Amino acid sequence: MPHHQLIVVGGGLAGLRAAVEARADGIDVAILSQVHPGRSHSGAAQGGINAALANHPEGHDDTPEKHAFDTVKGSDYLADQDAAIQMTSDAPGVIFEMDHWGCPFSRFDDGRIAQRPFGGAGYPRTCYGADKTGHYLLHCLVERAYERQITMYVEVFVTSLITVDGACRGVVAYDMIRGGFEAFTADAVIMATGGAGRLYSNTTNAIISTGGGAAVAYHAGVPVKDMEFIQFHPTGLYTTNILMSEGARGEGGYLVNGEGERFMARYAPKAMELAPRDITSRSITTEILEGRGIGGKDFVHLDLRHLGAQKILERLPGIRDLAIHFEGVDPIEEPIPITPCQHYTMGGIDTDVDGRTVMPGFYAAGECACVSVHGANRLGGNSLLETIVFGRRSGAAAAAALLGKAGGGDVSAAGRQAVADEEATVAMLAARGADGEDPYAIRAEMTTTMKEHFGVFREDKLMREGLEKLIQLKERCARIGLRNAGGVFNVDLIRTTELEGMVDLSLTVAHGAIDRTESRGSHARTDFPTRDDERWLKHTMAHYPPGGGTRLDYKPVTLGTFEPQERKY
Amino acid sequence: MPEAKFHIKRYDATRDAKGADRYDDFVVPYETSLTVLEGLFHIQEHLDGALSFRYCCRASICGSCAMYINGRYRLACQTNLAHVHADVITVEPMPHLPLVKDLVCDMSDFFAKYEYIKPWLIRETPAPEREILQTPADRKKLDMPIDCILCGACYSSCPSVWTEDNYIGPAALLKAFRFEVDSRDEARKVRMPSWDNERGAYRCHTITNCVEACPKELNPTEGIQWLKMAAVRRRLFGKAK
Repeated sequence: MPHHQLIVVGGGLAGLRAAVEARADGIDVAILSQVHPGRSHSGAAQGGINAALANHPEGHDDTPEKHAFDTVKGSDYLADQDAAIQMTSDAPGVIFEMDHWGCPFSRFDDGRIAQRPFGGAGYPRTCYGADKTGHYLLHCLVERAYERQITMYVEVFVTSLITVDGACRGVVAYDMIRGGFEAFTADAVIMATGGAGRLYSNTTNAIISTGGGAAVAYHAGVPVKDMEFIQFHPTGLYTTNILMSEGARGEGGYLVNGEGERFMARYAPKAMELAPRDITSRSITTEILEGRGIGGKDFVHLDLRHLGAQKILERLPGIRDLAIHFEGVDPIEEPIPITPCQHYTMGGIDTDVDGRTVMPGFYAAGECACVSVHGANRLGGNSLLETIVFGRRSGAAAAAALLGKAGGGDVSAAGRQAVADEEATVAMLAARGADGEDPYAIRAEMTTTMKEHFGVFREDKLMREGLEKLIQLKERCARIGLRNAGGVFNVDLIRTTELEGMVDLSLTVAHGAIDRTESRGSHARTDFPTRDDERWLKHTMAHYPPGGGTRLDYKPVTLGTFEPQERKY
Repeated sequence: MPEAKFHIKRYDATRDAKGADRYDDFVVPYETSLTVLEGLFHIQEHLDGALSFRYCCRASICGSCAMYINGRYRLACQTNLAHVHADVITVEPMPHLPLVKDLVCDMSDFFAKYEYIKPWLIRETPAPEREILQTPADRKKLDMPIDCILCGACYSSCPSVWTEDNYIGPAALLKAFRFEVDSRDEARKVRMPSWDNERGAYRCHTITNCVEACPKELNPTEGIQWLKMAAVRRRLFGKAK
């Protein structure tokens, strides 16, 4: 049974950064990842990463405090202000460190890291590498992980936590290459598995972004926070929902409706296309609902043609390739058909600024966590930043807790028991086989329900109908059949066993959204159109009770620096 | 509703002999367009749940789904039926690599060779407080190699890899090139021995299969030739770069 002082689940930016940090402190750390770390979804991020470097001539007086203000205002005041300030003040240092490790940021003529304007930001502070920033950051950290000789268990899919006396002491995982379940014991675990975009049928997210780590934690009794806040990115490709970076608008791209208007003038006359994502997505959706989509259909245009071929080829080569390959449109010649798509899970495992959760020995970082710095709406360029800042902090905190301490004792018996439990669950699913409920039918109904009932605009009756459907899907989960039980690289096993966790997370979104009778950030209710600070300036905490169901309670938001005010852009 | 015919190579170590040629045929209905990856998911969900293949981003950036599709190296996610121009979509794993199952190749040698060339920025000078300055012209030298997604298509396509077990191959050498041309890198003698040797650049015979195979349209051969020239320059003039 493999044992390490620290196990990091997930090999994306947050997990890699956590592992690299802990390794530097001399900790024996191993990464467990469903895919090779270089294939993680962090690599699909495009536009950039925010830090008040003040490199841009128009941002020479930018500061971390101004970055924190934009973040808090963008969050519709739901972010914890101490956390936002922590993130933005750590930001320049972690960016310089990525440069020292070789990340190929684009450059200004003077050799400094280039920055571009982004939505909801008062200054051009988004550092970028063309429109492939996530790919460059990810490969840079993969390289550093190899340099630090961090143990990597690749293509290992984590299904549950091993807990002993209430503390986390490892994980159970399906080893995709060897076949079969195995226990990996540890003195601490950091969860860094990314978002839950695949709860929705219309998502920009990778196919593996199923919320697995958050669900595993939730099932083990760790609460998830603010799950009702789901970000819809304004510009996903119309047919495939693949992301078209906010950088396209940062570089000057227009949003145009069926009447040829730059309609953002109606909704955000000052910021125009660079309003925050929640506002821009609502504006596009309103245009479509009022019949002003292109040809009356359910999409609008992202028009880059006026930027010219040279700027597109130099700054936005990646999205040009994606538009050509996946939509058959060359942005140099034609406008790109786009529609708002699920993009980001603001909520997640409840942590403090060092990744700690309520469970001793269990940490979380990145999109699966909720610190919270994004509150009700994340600003573009802050998610990459969050992964690196809080990955680093959780790696350091876990290392500090482990250093110089004797290990927590042998837990191999608990590990063996956890593996046996997992194998029994799979055997039960397999016994039902094709007679059980079809997991792919449940998955399809769940993702459609989330899209249709918990989308850009929400309303009580519509959401309650959605909740009813989800409750029925949850009941059907109890009768799921697994058609292919054993063997190596069993895609069926993974996609079947992860499903119930996805339905449970969907239920936290649904309950949180129905109960929150206000509009804040991404949570826009037509029946409660205004923000209600008196009643709802608080975090939703969802707990998974042993008997099933979803239990909500609330926790105050940390304020103190920026007074909540109306958001205008 | 239109239908697509898939002809898929299968391998399961528990039932097939090594090198066995077993193919299964499937018919996949679709509405207006279909990528090969979407077709594989339809088959996995509805026709044969046991089908194994790698997947992740479905947007041609993660490098998971490189396969051999109708006789060409392609990313399954990036390949629309309309691109294939064939009545039957034949999907095979990348050839010349050991198999795990069905379309899943064993990539462990590929990544071991990647690690072998020390694919990380190496500095001797202490880091400055802010970024290390790099001119746009120096940064431009990185444009090609940094777009590598480590999908392995070039490695699978290279005859020198097929015949020399030890040859580290085009992807690892492209990565070496990426660091050797980075103005911030100071590896000098540290990295060079890992590609200026019998496992390295000289095993490339400029067959350029890698250039044709690369789904990101990169040019590993160009990088490898740069490495060879750098090695020669170093021997003749004692300069690394």
